[in-house]
Amino acid sequence: MPRLESLEDLRALRAEVQEELTVRGETETVITVGMGTCGIAAGARETMRAILKELEDRDIDAHVKTVGCIGMCADEPLVDIKQGDEPRITYGNLTAEKVPDLIEEHLIKGNVVEGWVLGRLREA
Amino acid sequence: MLELSLHVLDLFQNALEAGATRIQLEIVEDVAQNRLSISVEDNGRGMSREALARIDDPFFTTRKTRRVGLGIPLLKAAARRCNGDVRVTSKLGVGTRVEADFERDHIDRAPLGDMTGTLLGFILTSPADGEACDIHYTHRLDGRTFTFDTREIREVLGGVSLMHPRVRRWMEDFMERGFRDLYRNPSF
Repeated sequence: MPRLESLEDLRALRAEVQEELTVRGETETVITVGMGTCGIAAGARETMRAILKELEDRDIDAHVKTVGCIGMCADEPLVDIKQGDEPRITYGNLTAEKVPDLIEEHLIKGNVVEGWVLGRLREA
Repeated sequence: MLELSLHVLDLFQNALEAGATRIQLEIVEDVAQNRLSISVEDNGRGMSREALARIDDPFFTTRKTRRVGLGIPLLKAAARRCNGDVRVTSKLGVGTRVEADFERDHIDRAPLGDMTGTLLGFILTSPADGEACDIHYTHRLDGRTFTFDTREIREVLGGVSLMHPRVRRWMEDFMERGFRDLYRNPSF
């Protein structure tokens, strides 16, 4: 495999991205996916990949991260969305096929998808 | 689990929770001997002899959020039904090594599955600030080797995040090409 050539591409990419970063601000949207054993078994990795794909397709700037189990294993996959000063919304049973609708409603239209919400948390 | 790569992701999460900064993943597929082995070795805090003795017990876990820990028992069940087994060695303050092996062509042997997704899941768990955890992944199959090393990538990237969408796409492409090369003319 042309490994060195590939790393050369990465080096070129870095230069372009660094320029871009000076223009772009920090995003205020954080999406968290539960990735404990329970989440993984329930399809959290596929949910995560669907979220990454949807954000990329729609050119949405959001920070995606994964965390361990928070104890609500029966409701996995769990996805939290936190935007700026808004309360943090926890969605349950968020399988990959629900992701396009979630991104459309919550991130594009700004509507919380009430039917899928497990809880909301206002952080101090 | 439906794919072996999901067990790998689970082992990564364990390593990260143990505070690892370096994980070595090695997958070896020996077609002639009909074995497939997966080993994950980390430099996390390690386990005491007491904790190690209870590793197969699904009702033993160090976490406070729930009372069960199914990761290792599930992996062990997967390996044993394919005439394989799981060995865990650990030393406090040094790290932990988990090795699972399977009969490669066993009818119950789950496919390796989406390793790219598993590596992305791992990278997304690494702390955004604080000490990053690197992964060194080697996959051998019939004399061919695929290597993926986040430390090497991080060095090339300087301050640019591994999760930048364009870097992510580069990694996906790099791995896809790597696997295609590894599995060309598979000797099934």
